[in-house]
Amino acid sequence: MLKQLNYVQVWVHDQDEALAFYTDKLGLELREDVTVPEMGNFRWLSVGAPGQDVGITLMAVPGPPVFEQETRDQIMALMSKGAASGLFFNTDDCRASYDELKGRGVEFSQEPTEQPYGIDAGFRDPSGNQMRMVQEVAAP
Amino acid sequence: MNAVPAARHLLRAKDLADARYRDPLDVPSLARAAHLSPAHFSREFRRVFGETPHQYLRTRRLERAAALLRNTDRPIVEICLAVGLRSIGSFTTSFRRAFGLSPTAYRAAHPAAAARGRIPTCVQLAWARPQSSSFREDSAAGAS
Repeated sequence: MLKQLNYVQVWVHDQDEALAFYTDKLGLELREDVTVPEMGNFRWLSVGAPGQDVGITLMAVPGPPVFEQETRDQIMALMSKGAASGLFFNTDDCRASYDELKGRGVEFSQEPTEQPYGIDAGFRDPSGNQMRMVQEVAAP
Repeated sequence: MNAVPAARHLLRAKDLADARYRDPLDVPSLARAAHLSPAHFSREFRRVFGETPHQYLRTRRLERAAALLRNTDRPIVEICLAVGLRSIGSFTTSFRRAFGLSPTAYRAAHPAAAARGRIPTCVQLAWARPQSSSFREDSAAGAS
């Protein structure tokens, strides 16, 4: 029986750029940043929302020998077209978070919008991954 | 740092269409967001996303208009203007080509979607946009 979700993985275009975005702009905390020389300098980089255990691993897209160059190029291309992956966050106050993130230069694709389930807004990380945040209302 | 792929700039322009469809946006202003000339921008956008930026912006506006018809009781003229379209006649024609019904008939056929499910807005934006190939803006009236 599986117990709980530990990590979700997000491909990123550049790990340094992603780390700055997820921590400085989104306000997540750095959890692990480990580079392993014996694994071709693989860098295990993870962040998370303060107070929540689930981590987000910001994964560089590997080339050979993990993926052949064509696969790596395809993943990078899908990311930059916004067709790779996405993350959904909660917030207590969508409009305040929007103002705060926008003020830090986060690119929004959708302003805070009233929905039956709450207020949500959409933005992107520098790689092109879709991000959303929702301020949920209690179910009727 | 890896160099920023060109498609990332095109995605920025696509996001701008999604975020600012209410405004008098046009292809040249989208091209500026991608740092490309309008002609080059339109070609590249089509190559990467499969349709022209003009088609994308137009179908985004129609999708948002359809959502307002379903979810609000605002007058049709007001909805037309609210999604950044200026001509009610052209809006009605485009809408009928895209959805097969006039805005009035569409509204009658789709009662307000109260909380049927917790479907995020991004899913609606992605799935409810009409296919741009199902109607042709530039063809003569009466086609299809």
